Amino acid sequence: MQTTQNVNQWFKAAKVEDFPKNGGACVKYKDQQIAVFNFSRRGEWYACQNMCPHKKEMALARGMIGESENEPKVACPFHKKAFSLQSGENINGEEEAVTTYPVKVEDGYVYIGLS
Amino acid sequence: MTSNTVSDSQKKHIVIVGNGMVGYKFCEKLLKKNDKGDFRITIFGEETRPAYDRVHLSAYFEDSSEEDLQLAPIEWYKENGIELHTGELITELDRDNQTVTSQKGRTVSYDKLILATGSSAFVPPIPGVEKKGVFVYRTIEDLDAITNYAKKASKAAVIGGGLLGLEAAKSAMDLGLETSVIEFAPRLMPRQLDEIGAQALKSALEDFNLEILLNKNTKQIAGNGTPEYLDFADGERLDADMVIISAGIRPRDELAKKADLEVGERGGIVVNDRMETNDPNIFAIGESALHRGMIYGLVAPGYEMADVVVENLTGGDEEFTEFDMSTKLKLVGVDVASFGDAFGETEENSKKVIIDNKAKGVYKRINISEDGKRLLGGMLVGDADDYNMLLQIAKNGFSLPPDPIDLIIGERDGETGAGQKVYDFPDDSIICSCESVTKGEICSLIEEEGMEDIDSIKGCTKAGTGCSGCVPMLDDLITQSMKARGKEVRKVICEHFDYTRQELYDLIKVKEIHTYDELLDEHGTGNGCEKCKPAVASLLASAFNEHVLKDRDTIQDTNDRFLANIQRGGTYSVIPRVPGGEITPDKLITIGQLAKKYGLYTKITGGQRINMMGARVDQLPNIWEELIEAGFESGHAYGKALRTVKSCVGSTWCRYGLHESVSFAIEIEERYRGLRAPHKLKGGVSGCVRECAEAQAKDFGIIATEEGWNLFVCGNGGTNPQHARLLATDLDEETLIKYLDRFLMFYIKTAEHLNRTSTWLNKMDGGLDYLKKVVVEDSLGIGEELEQEMQQLINVYACEWTEVVNDPELRKRFTHFVNSEDADPSLKFKDYREQKVPAPAGWEKDSK
Ligand code: SRM
Ligand SMILES: Cc1cc2nc3c(=O)[nH]c(=O)nc-3n(C[C@H](O)[C@H](O)[C@H](O)COP(=O)(O)OP(=O)(O)OC[C@H]3O[C@@H](n4cnc5c(N)ncnc54)[C@H](O)[C@@H]3O)c2cc1C
Ligand code: SF4
Ligand code: FES
Repeated sequence: MQTTQNVNQWFKAAKVEDFPKNGGACVKYKDQQIAVFNFSRRGEWYACQNMCPHKKEMALARGMIGESENEPKVACPFHKKAFSLQSGENINGEEEAVTTYPVKVEDGYVYIGLS
Repeated sequence: MTSNTVSDSQKKHIVIVGNGMVGYKFCEKLLKKNDKGDFRITIFGEETRPAYDRVHLSAYFEDSSEEDLQLAPIEWYKENGIELHTGELITELDRDNQTVTSQKGRTVSYDKLILATGSSAFVPPIPGVEKKGVFVYRTIEDLDAITNYAKKASKAAVIGGGLLGLEAAKSAMDLGLETSVIEFAPRLMPRQLDEIGAQALKSALEDFNLEILLNKNTKQIAGNGTPEYLDFADGERLDADMVIISAGIRPRDELAKKADLEVGERGGIVVNDRMETNDPNIFAIGESALHRGMIYGLVAPGYEMADVVVENLTGGDEEFTEFDMSTKLKLVGVDVASFGDAFGETEENSKKVIIDNKAKGVYKRINISEDGKRLLGGMLVGDADDYNMLLQIAKNGFSLPPDPIDLIIGERDGETGAGQKVYDFPDDSIICSCESVTKGEICSLIEEEGMEDIDSIKGCTKAGTGCSGCVPMLDDLITQSMKARGKEVRKVICEHFDYTRQELYDLIKVKEIHTYDELLDEHGTGNGCEKCKPAVASLLASAFNEHVLKDRDTIQDTNDRFLANIQRGGTYSVIPRVPGGEITPDKLITIGQLAKKYGLYTKITGGQRINMMGARVDQLPNIWEELIEAGFESGHAYGKALRTVKSCVGSTWCRYGLHESVSFAIEIEERYRGLRAPHKLKGGVSGCVRECAEAQAKDFGIIATEEGWNLFVCGNGGTNPQHARLLATDLDEETLIKYLDRFLMFYIKTAEHLNRTSTWLNKMDGGLDYLKKVVVEDSLGIGEELEQEMQQLINVYACEWTEVVNDPELRKRFTHFVNSEDADPSLKFKDYREQKVPAPAGWEKDSK
């Protein structure tokens, strides 16, 4: 869930300009891969697991972002399963939801909230 | 989830024997009616996997994924509170105590028992059927065994020329075996086709290199342990080292028989119209049920039976009476359909109307009532596009055109024959026969719920999810119902742009809009999605041919975003352009050395060039840097763009060649390289009519004649192969290029996103004649404009990989992580025939 309440640690990922506008990039945190999205048209940042639950591809960061009826989503580059960037839920199918993470931007850096 | 209004012990226990297609469907239907939680459901299946789609079993050969065939994953049963036991054969049925027992010794008691045991393949008692290398064709296991055995076999014989036999033959052919079908009767599919129809099917199948032997009674399958040849009663002999038997089905009634339920003389569990056996607590459905003396070997009647039982268990009173056995199939590559009274034998003096077009391999027959007012039924071979329409006309008793042959003349350029519109059908006519969805239900979703796309209708009604034969009718219903309400029917791109592709193209050109954001701000709403972004990206590229990554990398489809095709595991492929398929030894050496250096897998593609696969995203710019240094450029294998212009060797070498096809192919490929279009574009140039470049299977094909070149357009291979059509003949090279410029530009400007040229032409009012007028006669007076627009695109062409390689900012994006130089640690490879292929964790099980 995207709440900042149970964040124990803010991981400093990279500079804002390292992320493409209206697109994503993958962040390495220990053994984890986290997809971070700079949804600049909405002025919002999102993060979720990089692995797509469909065929377990490490791919979501390379997916295309967009919205359906105002809900921000990312479509996996492999077979276009789309996941809500808010709830993590699979919008156009029955895949498991992905884990989402809170994101904050401070002094030009992007941080991912980990619990 | 079920609510807890009924305690577990009060719940009726429904036990189903057989987790096949119908057993599964029964669960699905019962769940829908089980909101009060009156029932507890247990299902036993003998097979080790949960129910799968047997109808599309052959597809298993093609993409070898069990998952795609599964009707529902194991979790589905769990989530819905269904107790599923796979790999458990029920061997005992004790009717007095109302229990069943499995071979593992598990006993459960039931309130109501459903027998959905299906059938097994019938194996005639021919000597030799017990040999290793003799198979039946019914389960995934059968297919696995066949696939394995086929590796060491070379010639297959399929015994049985019915529907399943032909399907098995197709699979044997796909496995690379020379294949013969052996039929006992004097013709193929005797129950569905008449003599001429069967003959038409036979010649069409022979064109696919399938041998058909009729009137053949197999005496023995001979060989030492495994098959070597077959002997027939007429003394002839056929070599075959693999045999598939498909001689009919046998209902699985052994459990019923053992428990003294009434079974038919030739098999099948006898049921009444309520699908009850002679024990009122036991029902039989699907292929194991014998209803009014009939076993239904199709899935749709089985679903209907499931429905009847569910109704009857939940307080309703339903009867299964008769079922329409109309079907449409694709056998080996030939459409075959039969519907209603196919042989015209239900009414006296019925008349038949026949088209027997041997040149095209098409046979159509319809049977008309004596007064010429009603369509009774018919059969179609070679072209079954009219099937759904005809079926509806027959079922609903619609009036016929004055000359009924108009019903089957089919599509002439620009006009359709059938004349009847789905929209005029009565509301209760069935549109989707697999899921019994009526026109009324669909129209009310469109009209009252405002559903205007096929996917939502599929989701709501399941229509179109079975054999998908009705999908074109769904599309027509949406279009026509919207038109009827005065709603303009425009194929708008998505919720963010209320414009068609063509309108957006015009806006972009006229207002000179160069970025997606600008277009969205000025002419759209919201923040875009994965539908409009790549569509607009493609439009921008077609309009100005600017670099696809500069300021627009994140609106590109994934392959365009990294200028390479993404593959399983997340690596990419590298395909440099090899115009016309001509390549120097030095360039071959470069490719070999590069592939070795980066550990890439190499393969010759179907497009006459070389693919290097398995490159990591961070390696792509380095690989391309070296390729470009050696004189290569991007092949656009990743883009909706011009791919290849294939060529044959032509008059330089070939003794039949009329002109230099290689030079011409190279000239054309270089002219249009990098051209982005609504879908990918492919071309071919052949030096004579022998057509070794397969130009007639391309979006544009050029074939040498004594006088010059013939130009064909709008062909493709792929999902729905279509031959290219002749646009103009005996052209000189200059005129040909002029026509090509016009043709391609006209396509780019007017086609919908992701429509190949063939689809575009199929939808075009006026068809080929119209296209000829526009391109050859310049009837719209836009010829020169189209040529100029094309010339502008050609003038600004630049290799997009060269630009990336030379631009540090663009190069930066080619990394897996933003905060680390590391490569994706989840990438794994394994050795495979002296090369390396991906072996990521996620798909191990289906990558065998
Ligand atoms: C590499 C290659 C197979 C091979 O090893 O031979 C290939 C590979 C792919 N084809 Fe193909 N096609 C290849 C020749 C063909 C051909 C044969 C030909 O061009 O003569 C066809 C049928 C001819 C035609 O297109 O009319 C073909 C019909 C398709 C289709 C179906 C198109 C259709 O209109 O139905 C798709 C799907 C699509 O484009 O939407 C497709 C899509 C694909 C994709 C891009 C699927 C994807 O998105 O990942 C595959 C990419 C693999 C990769 O990672 O590179 N490929 N594909 C061939 C590359 C040719 C080249 O040099 O560029
Ligand atoms: C290759 C192929 C192509 C086909 N193509 C078409 C087509 O195009 N159109 C069409 O309409 N139909 C087609 N069919 C027919 C269609 O698949 C069947 O009509 C349908 O599967 C019947 O469903 P069912 O549930 O009655 O039987 P099945 O799907 O056979 O399921 C019965 C299940 O019960 C299990 N079982 C049997 N006895 C027991 C027991 N005692 N205990 C536990 N489990 C038991 C069996 O192992 C089996 O898994 C095709 C069939 C095949 C093989
Ligand atoms: S290469 Fe083409 S035919 Fe082969 S699996 Fe991929 S898309 Fe299908
Ligand atoms: S792997 Fe992501 S959609 Fe298939």
